[in-house]
Amino acid sequence: MNTSDTLVRLSKAGIYKDKKWLVRDVDLEINRGKIVTLIGPNGSGKTTTAKIALGLYKSISGNVERNTQNISYVPQKVSIDWTLPVRVIDFMVLTQNLKQDDISEALDLTGVKHLKRSNLRDLSGGEFQRVLLARAIAKKPDLLVLDEPVQGVDFTGEVALYSLIKEISEKLNCGILLISHDLHVVMSATDYVVCLNGHVCCCGTPKDVAQSKHYKELFGEKSAELLSIYEHNHDHVHSSDGNIIKEIK
Amino acid sequence: MLDDFLVRAIIAGIGIALVTGPLGCFVVWRRLSFFGDTLAHSALLGVLLSISLNINVSLTIFVVSSLVALILLRLEKSTNLAGDSLLGLISHSSLAIGLVILGFLSFIRFDVLGVLFGDILSVNTNDLLFIWIGGGLILAVLFYIWKPLFASTVNYELAEAEGMNPERVNAIFTILLAALIAISIKMIGVLLITGLLIIPTAMARNLSNNPKQMVVLSIIGGLLSVFIGLYASFEINTASGPSIVVVALILFILSLLRIGKKYYEK
Repeated sequence: MNTSDTLVRLSKAGIYKDKKWLVRDVDLEINRGKIVTLIGPNGSGKTTTAKIALGLYKSISGNVERNTQNISYVPQKVSIDWTLPVRVIDFMVLTQNLKQDDISEALDLTGVKHLKRSNLRDLSGGEFQRVLLARAIAKKPDLLVLDEPVQGVDFTGEVALYSLIKEISEKLNCGILLISHDLHVVMSATDYVVCLNGHVCCCGTPKDVAQSKHYKELFGEKSAELLSIYEHNHDHVHSSDGNIIKEIK
Repeated sequence: MLDDFLVRAIIAGIGIALVTGPLGCFVVWRRLSFFGDTLAHSALLGVLLSISLNINVSLTIFVVSSLVALILLRLEKSTNLAGDSLLGLISHSSLAIGLVILGFLSFIRFDVLGVLFGDILSVNTNDLLFIWIGGGLILAVLFYIWKPLFASTVNYELAEAEGMNPERVNAIFTILLAALIAISIKMIGVLLITGLLIIPTAMARNLSNNPKQMVVLSIIGGLLSVFIGLYASFEINTASGPSIVVVALILFILSLLRIGKKYYEK
């Protein structure tokens, strides 16, 4: 196992395709125990950047240095073909071998343990996202890449899942690269924010970015204000079927 | 006992059905049925080459089909044609080239129908050896690449990101498909091998809710098709390939009853 603190480092990374830059000159570092969040408007290259970090492109400009093989990925879009009969437990062991206990534990963490034997096609969008997240964390990765991991999850669930992601990064001491649109929620759980718009617009701690001129230009004054509103915490957490599953302090 | 052609055919059929089950599942899951068809059509070319050059049939088919598979994978990357057009192009071209060559080989007595639809009478002890050793190898390799292949079937990028090397296992899978075609052409025929790959699997899909179950059921479906099909072929003197595929179709129709029931119960 590599003990280096930096899991992935992008230096001046970019992709030039069909005579235009999808994204260029991205400098980015993901360290153990830290959450890096990519934000930016549609088409700003968030997913592309994540895929560069994962090594999914053959020819890129710049440089990517990856110090781990133990990677989990939650893609933005996963569609399960109807010809494929896959249950949640089959999906959990897709790229890894897991003990039954570990499967149950991970599903429990994301609040979908009761769906263990369900077919993936019978799940709702939100439930499916929870399963995707459970699969990714079950393997106890060094690096976790989450591309809009809570899309379609209800609001309380969203808050719970983000705090779970935060918890995981501390517990497993893994690095997390997170792509998200839920600026107001995600900012509080993030160590470092990179604001993309074809290139790195601005980056820094959530507070720095929220106050930056570029950020306001991209997302407007309103969203900058929103960021400061969301500062309180709930005193309990619900599972997806509405039961209280955990008290926070 | 192996002297009896029916016994030989049944032993050959069992060997083939054991392989078509799991491979067929991946063909269905990955939507490769037309791809399988294309490889099968190129087998006619292989048969004719083996006759003109006087080399082993199965081996020649394997080489020709593998080459066609690799050409296809290569072309898919470097042309702007959609996959199905490309497949149609290769599939019918190879069939046509095969038939044109056949025209030149008029001095050889050659049973075209046998190649197209299979002929149990032609299965000899040598073929049995090819089927069982080849089939065993195919299954061994498939077992070895099962996890990465399945992962890349469910989601290519996820598999690649988590270090499963989908490009390599995909290429290996197409070679396995070519190998299956090589060992089964004599029995099932160029035009119908995809049927044996797909129809029992389609039946299994109707009855299963997880991947392993689907594989097991499609093997069972394939075995039943082979047994009943060969028996019918022997009793009422029909061609072996079509008989096997018709039985598979009947099994599929029966499986629809079950799915209708399930729908009703919901």
